[in-house]
Amino acid sequence: MAASGRIWNTLTEPLIRQNPVTLQVLGICSALAVTTSLDIALTMAVSLTVVIVLSAGFVSLIRRHIPDAIRLIVQIIIVASLVIIIDQFLQAYLFDISQRLSVFVSLITTNCLVLGRTESFARSNPPLPSMVDALGNGLGYSLILIIIGAVRELFGMGSLLGISVLPTIDEGGWYTPLSLMLLAPSAFFLLGGLVWAIRSVQSEQVEVAEFDPIDDAEERR
Amino acid sequence: MSDLGFLFLSAVFVENMPLTLFLGLCTFLALSKRPATAVGLGVAMIGVMGITVPLNQLIYTYVLAPGAWAWADQPELDLSYLSLLAFIGVIAATVQLLEMLIDRFFPKIYAAFGVFLPLLTVQCAILAGSLFMVERRYDIGESLVYGLGSGTGFALAVILLSAIRARLAYADLPDGLRGLGITFMLAGLMSLGFSAFAQMVAL
Repeated sequence: MAASGRIWNTLTEPLIRQNPVTLQVLGICSALAVTTSLDIALTMAVSLTVVIVLSAGFVSLIRRHIPDAIRLIVQIIIVASLVIIIDQFLQAYLFDISQRLSVFVSLITTNCLVLGRTESFARSNPPLPSMVDALGNGLGYSLILIIIGAVRELFGMGSLLGISVLPTIDEGGWYTPLSLMLLAPSAFFLLGGLVWAIRSVQSEQVEVAEFDPIDDAEERR
Repeated sequence: MSDLGFLFLSAVFVENMPLTLFLGLCTFLALSKRPATAVGLGVAMIGVMGITVPLNQLIYTYVLAPGAWAWADQPELDLSYLSLLAFIGVIAATVQLLEMLIDRFFPKIYAAFGVFLPLLTVQCAILAGSLFMVERRYDIGESLVYGLGSGTGFALAVILLSAIRARLAYADLPDGLRGLGITFMLAGLMSLGFSAFAQMVAL
């Protein structure tokens, strides 16, 4: 019971409270780059979750045999091999989406989230908890991707997954698409706003102020 | 020559790695608190990208590209699916080598760099530089210029952001926005500014 409770915790903790993107600042690059529409974001989320779970499993299996000095190289090679498999798979079965994702599937290799989890968790834990932890983090990442992808596609093109939700003026409806949503800056604003929203609810995540005027006046020399 | 100049400008401004392509954001956000560290990171990025992109270009053209083994009676051999592994290996080796060389010959600079150099192994912007090089079929000269250009673009962006964040230390922000939140907003505003460069270089 206690053990299963712990595993449940490892799984749910990274969803909001320890979210990899908004709190640990891991894997942001792809979170922003591939969120112009929901289907791309979904593909990316699934690919990353698969890669992170499998690589955590493999790294954890051979964790006692990896010499400390070269562990980063070993981990990267495991991750890169898995990414190559995913990339080839996408090119074979989902060619359109893989063209639109361009280099970002390959960039899962250097996604700090994958390496961060293998380095900080899988390296020192048995396979099952490692994979559960990786799954939790993958889902937390997916959650952010899906939220941002949905908002950007909805307001940028008036559609979700290619299906028209807000009929745009071009199609004879009433909605004028916000083209800013499809550009780079909006992703930063949305993620910033999301971080703000999460931290307003979860006040323990608020960062300590670097500068306190009262302290500073006392310490000034 | 002017083509290479255009390529450089477009790599610095139009396709700025962190601000328009969202690459290398992890280090971009994490190491931009102080201008001094940002300068160190920027210089390291220019060096590493200037070396790895042309190096990977050579490896890709002569070893991995389809038809690269034609001289050995293997015209159909296509090793390009291995490029990811090869590139990562080259980047990791370059970073390691650079670290050892700087440590040996310029210990002061090494002390200033600290942890940034090893971290660059897992920097998406560096790997992306090599991947874009393959996707756009740059030759060796173009790769060198592109590598240096995108490194410079990254350095520029991270130094600018760190300067703004240093000023922001004195601002009275809402609690939830402090730190990461406002940094995203700032990056968004900077990215808005950089999108004005989009028409600057017509390639």
